[in-house]
Amino acid sequence: MHSFGYRANALLTLAVTILAIMCAVASFSDTFNSPSPTAEIKVVNIHRFQKLSNGNDEVAMVLNISADLQSLFTWNTKQVFAFVAAEYETHKHVLNQLSLWDTIIQSKEKAKFSVSISNKYRFTDQGSNLRGKEFNLTLHWHVMPKTGKMFADKIVLSGYRLPEQYR
Amino acid sequence: MAWVRDQIDAVKSIQIRQLLIQAVSLGMIVTSALIIWKALMCFTGSESPVVVVLSGSMEPGFKRGDILFLHMSKDPIRAGEIVVFNVDGREIPIVHRVIKVHERKDTGEVDVLTKGDNNYGDDRLLYAHGQQWLQRHHIMGRAVGFLPYVGWVTIIMTEKPMIKYLLIGALGLLVITSKD
Repeated sequence: MHSFGYRANALLTLAVTILAIMCAVASFSDTFNSPSPTAEIKVVNIHRFQKLSNGNDEVAMVLNISADLQSLFTWNTKQVFAFVAAEYETHKHVLNQLSLWDTIIQSKEKAKFSVSISNKYRFTDQGSNLRGKEFNLTLHWHVMPKTGKMFADKIVLSGYRLPEQYR
Repeated sequence: MAWVRDQIDAVKSIQIRQLLIQAVSLGMIVTSALIIWKALMCFTGSESPVVVVLSGSMEPGFKRGDILFLHMSKDPIRAGEIVVFNVDGREIPIVHRVIKVHERKDTGEVDVLTKGDNNYGDDRLLYAHGQQWLQRHHIMGRAVGFLPYVGWVTIIMTEKPMIKYLLIGALGLLVITSKD
């Protein structure tokens, strides 16, 4: 009962159990955080709007994004992945979601920002339905914990419209 | 050395009844591990409920050796989710983030484009030749939970098989020689 093997085994089991419980508690403590992020997105300029040779519409725009995601950070937060997506409906598709820009925020201090950017990923439709199209710009965030459950949410900003003519 | 001698003596002193008991307890360990794995498969609805991150393409979120828990539900796939997908002609599944979704009205089929957070461009270069989009059947599950470092055990074991055999051997010996 008192051999080296038994003691090592008991110690290892205890250590792993405590570590597992601590991870579970850390992850569970995130549920007490009720964040209240804010976001504002402006379309500053649409500098290209054309039909590509394959028949798909493409838009290039400059966005002004200001957001405050500081309340998402807890002691168990490793990073917040935030991105802005354009979302719209066409006669063929219930939902089109196109990520336009994203960022990885690793500290609470950097979670309040205001940037002017042109879209990082191409805003291309599957077809040519974009003229005069109304769309939403949605700020999504995905919180990656140091350990445990990941969670995500979004702020939907609606009422944006693309021009009637290519330019 | 005394410990080793004790162990050898223990092996020598095994009787047939004890041998049977030990075989049963070894069987219990193996089957309970199998039961846990299959139960996880049932609960999560994913054919592999746990995956180990093998590349750095999702850094700094997921590093090599981290473990992800997967869940496969009927919920539609949306941009921003981290999915595990298989590409035809590639053995190892990839864990990347969805950046574009087009969901058809008539059939409900989705076209999905993915990208690794740490990669410069999207994943079209990783897909099969000429493939532009992923469909539902490529996707094995979405990541819902995260545990750091634990996956290193399996990475070391697959890359250094000697360690694996040593470990299995030592554990087997322990089970056989342990006196309940």
